[in-house]
Amino acid sequence: MTDNRFFNRSELIGILLLAVFLVVVLPLTLDVFRLNLVAKYLTYAFVALGLVVCWGYGGILSLGQGVFFGLGGYCMAMFLKLEASSPENTKIQSTPGIPDFMDWNQITSLPLFWKPFHSLTFTIAAIILVPGIFALIIGTAMFKRRVGGTYFAIITQAVAAILTILIVGQQGYTGGINGMTDLRTLKGWDIRPDHAKIVLYFFEVGCLFVCIMIAQFVRHSKLGRILVAMREKEDRVRFSGYSVANFKIFAFCVAAVFAAIGGAMFALNVGFMSPSFVGIVPSIEMVIYTAVGGRLSILGAVYGTLLVNFAKTSLSETFPELWLFGLGGLFIAVVLAFPNGLAGIWGDYVQPRIDRLISSRKPKPEGWTDSSVADGAPAE
Amino acid sequence: MFGDYSLGDLGSIFVMQGFAGLILFSVYVLMALGLAIIFGQMGVINMAHGEFMILGAYVTWMTSNFFQTYLPSLFSGYFFLAMILAFVASGALGMLVEWVLIRHLYKRPLDTLLATWGLSLILQQAFRSVFGAREVGVDLPQWMLGSLHVSESIEVPINGVFVMCLTVLITVGVAYVMYKSRWGRQVRAVVQNRIMAGAVGINTEKVDRYTYGLGCGIAGVAGSAFTMIGSTGPTSGQLYIVDTFLVVVFGGAASLLGTIASAFSISQTQSTLEFFMSGSMAKVLTLLAVVGILMLRPQGLFALKVRK
Repeated sequence: MTDNRFFNRSELIGILLLAVFLVVVLPLTLDVFRLNLVAKYLTYAFVALGLVVCWGYGGILSLGQGVFFGLGGYCMAMFLKLEASSPENTKIQSTPGIPDFMDWNQITSLPLFWKPFHSLTFTIAAIILVPGIFALIIGTAMFKRRVGGTYFAIITQAVAAILTILIVGQQGYTGGINGMTDLRTLKGWDIRPDHAKIVLYFFEVGCLFVCIMIAQFVRHSKLGRILVAMREKEDRVRFSGYSVANFKIFAFCVAAVFAAIGGAMFALNVGFMSPSFVGIVPSIEMVIYTAVGGRLSILGAVYGTLLVNFAKTSLSETFPELWLFGLGGLFIAVVLAFPNGLAGIWGDYVQPRIDRLISSRKPKPEGWTDSSVADGAPAE
Repeated sequence: MFGDYSLGDLGSIFVMQGFAGLILFSVYVLMALGLAIIFGQMGVINMAHGEFMILGAYVTWMTSNFFQTYLPSLFSGYFFLAMILAFVASGALGMLVEWVLIRHLYKRPLDTLLATWGLSLILQQAFRSVFGAREVGVDLPQWMLGSLHVSESIEVPINGVFVMCLTVLITVGVAYVMYKSRWGRQVRAVVQNRIMAGAVGINTEKVDRYTYGLGCGIAGVAGSAFTMIGSTGPTSGQLYIVDTFLVVVFGGAASLLGTIASAFSISQTQSTLEFFMSGSMAKVLTLLAVVGILMLRPQGLFALKVRK
């Protein structure tokens, strides 16, 4: 267990701890309903993970991650919806065999862009490729022209607004404001009962760890070093002969694909998809998960997502009025006092104490943060 | 798409839709003016701008209620007092926010975005707790009701005309303050070179605070004007914030003329398209066009040529 390309010892222990927490502790202690809630929260962790790569390392703040979450989610939901709308299930409709919301909107045949979603292989490819290519187009258009920072944030936000309005407006094709509901089976396998929820949870955790590994790889490769260098002094990297735009596009695409996988998982685990997860408000909320966890910390993103969502659920259940105050205060506190989030607190306050306790033996037994990267606030 | 209308009808449609667009234009300009000052001049992304506007709207609503109850004889003139109160309330809150929050973040523009978003959530909830979740509308004084008949098929509402006149006045006022007054010169000096401005004796912190306050105050006036044409709810501000940012970015930050030109083109495109297709598609097409143009010309319509 010595250092290698992917992680050093402390990161390995951190990942193992997270694995034990997600795979053993949570399933043993929570009932199926709560476990399904965790599954729902973890779908956002994919987005937060992508933001760590794109925002934490690359310094590119995207306020449109909901777009990619939505694209992935809608791809998955379209497949599930088509399967749920088989002619036998929908024979009471005036046109059997098309999704119910199309029937309500007087559409009599399946639109062309829906047809390929009969195939699961195509759907899986689409979940990765559609958001990936979309991000590639936006990224190329913006970064090649050296648009960055705040402008990029505002434009991604506008894209999120556009997609939401489009989905809500084109009710016949997308299900409108209600989204795609009543998703039932995946290749004939019912996704609704409890045991299916548990299987889906473990599948999701598996995917999450694959994404964590990819993020770890990006961080420890030369690519990750260049991303960090670019964030700190973009011009120097450019003058050193690197194509800054291409690295930014790559980071943005990785974030987009992660978000899309999260969206697809959302459709599977939660059983519906709606435009309320696409727009500006959810997109910015996803940024706060990353910020709370620590924008430089891969594992922090997962913990931050879980923590904020647990707080949201429990606070908004008991004190619905307080929740927005709490969330708003959280934004301000994280920005003003803890720019490196939970991981920063851990690295600055908790870890030194643990180190001191066992300093006689090994240094840094665990941790989510790599001080060599965490040093210095990400300058814009 | 023009098939069913005669030429005269079409002319009237364009004039009427153009006028509806002008009202939208007024709101955009008023919102965007404040934002252009804050974002364009100071580089701060103020996501809470919509909430400052809504604060102005609520102040106007309270003033109108006050006049209705206690001074019904002066009701026809309440709006002018309300506007001043809205400016003062939003401006004061803006200066407080600058002092507590923004001044720590000038070097981190992306973080101002997150912090002000948090601020906007807090303000929204505060509005909801204080004024209730339902939208409120003000009663317009008698002289603002009704409409002017320009020709047989064209009529324009008086409150719209009033809002437009107000917009013109405020725009001229802002342009004067920014480009002709001593204080405006200081603001522009700080924007161009903060260190040098400080070196020649300008109190940059004070300039920042008043600039931010002015931007927020104008947002308050925008909210005041907004009550004449729509009702106010705790989250109304959020509906406009993205559009307004696009207006500022599209016009080229730091250019007041650009802001006005882009507000005009965006609002006119949107309201003209709205007649021929559903409102949502009109909005999608307009925003898409703006984003598309911004991808081709990232510096916006009117850009200052500065060496970086």
